Amino acid sequence: MRVLPSGDTASLIECANGFEASALAATLQGTVELTLGARTVLVRASRSQTLAMIATFDPSEQSVPTHSESQHHIIGVRYDGPDLERVAGVVGLSSDEVIAAHTSTTLRVGFAGFAPGFAYLVGGDPRLEVPRLDVPRPRVPTGSVALASRYSGIYPRESAGGWLIIGHTSDWLWDIDRTIPARFAPGDSVTFEAI
Amino acid sequence: MSIRILESQGSTLVQDLGRPGFSSWGVGASGVFDRRAFRHANTLLGNREDAAVIEHAGSNLTLRASRPHAIAITGACGPTSVDGVPVSVGRVIELSAGSVLRLEAPVVGLRYLVAVAGGFEPKPVLGSRSRDTLAELGPQPLTAGSSVPVGLSTAARWSGVINPTLPSGAMTLRVSLGPRDDWFSFDAIARLFTTSWQINSLSSRVGIRLDGPKLERLRHDELASEGVVRGSIQVTNSGLPIILGPDHPVTGGYPVIGVVVDSDTDLLAHARPGDVLHFSRHAI
Repeated sequence: MRVLPSGDTASLIECANGFEASALAATLQGTVELTLGARTVLVRASRSQTLAMIATFDPSEQSVPTHSESQHHIIGVRYDGPDLERVAGVVGLSSDEVIAAHTSTTLRVGFAGFAPGFAYLVGGDPRLEVPRLDVPRPRVPTGSVALASRYSGIYPRESAGGWLIIGHTSDWLWDIDRTIPARFAPGDSVTFEAI
Repeated sequence: MSIRILESQGSTLVQDLGRPGFSSWGVGASGVFDRRAFRHANTLLGNREDAAVIEHAGSNLTLRASRPHAIAITGACGPTSVDGVPVSVGRVIELSAGSVLRLEAPVVGLRYLVAVAGGFEPKPVLGSRSRDTLAELGPQPLTAGSSVPVGLSTAARWSGVINPTLPSGAMTLRVSLGPRDDWFSFDAIARLFTTSWQINSLSSRVGIRLDGPKLERLRHDELASEGVVRGSIQVTNSGLPIILGPDHPVTGGYPVIGVVVDSDTDLLAHARPGDVLHFSRHAI
């Protein structure tokens, strides 16, 4: 792990990979304000405080991070997205094979960002790696199930977006009237089911 | 008790100190842009230090008090009047029932804060009354006809004046390098500190966009998204920097060449399109 400066109020801890970052974030949760990234944990602490925090953390002792509250979500998807064929073309599979690949692995909620309730889902079929659109769409509908890089994601509400849309879900993802408004939390697992 | 918006041209938002701690849900801290002016306004009125205020960036905000209220205006400076009579900023102003307060386009700075004794009290969301313009969370932006509830105040007001002058002309912000300065050429880092950057008109609470020379990257691979803070200077694929404001996304995929010293980011609330900005090197 490497500690990089992020201004005079924060430090960025760079980890070997996403698992290590998730495990570190789970360990530090509640002791410091933090933001989990793909391979990093940003903490609201000085460099010396940060070095002290991670001194006792041994990545080799960590397995896949599990929180006692971790949940498994099954998301029903209509695979009717406007980019399904494009994805199939890019990765060299048929549309049916893309759907099979997308529904056959258990993904993990890596980290959040972009919008309230938006989670970067990791651990999907590595064949489904696609670039973002060159020009983002001005309007992506709520519930769009999409791919970018090696991530899967679901747009929690209508917004602009550059991910490739392969389907849609009507399952809830963000509801500010719930006690816990975000359906996904880092460490949760997710599977997609074709409906 | 409430204050009603009669006219609003521009952005009129309720803001407090924001909602830190929800990044795992993709929710950023948001909060008032000029925290120093926020402290001053609440100090003048004897408010709690996190009492919500109205932040106005625009050319006209007209409000009417339903009942007598003590208010204070801080931040930007420009023509301000009560029932047509000019009033000064940076001190307590007593509004009588039915009085109309009017703020016109600021002469110095960009964002006015209007605080009221007792604080504005629209319904909080995730513990804060701040409007996050990116996440679209918190109290709706205020428009003509909006009415904002006001809390009770029993505290003593302050009779003094707090009216620090904002810098007019070029502003200089202190910047410490990192976390991704090693993604940039030596030349790019030199340019960051020697350029007279110009504030782009597309700037907002999400980010202040700068115009100037392109900052050349040494690495062209995609950065895996990572957490960013208010004041982070992201360099987009176009090579131009954006300084992240209070409504920035919680994670970003552009490399951050340096970060503005936290207390200096308050000044960015007043960066006007076309203004010139310099960065000076700060060691942490």
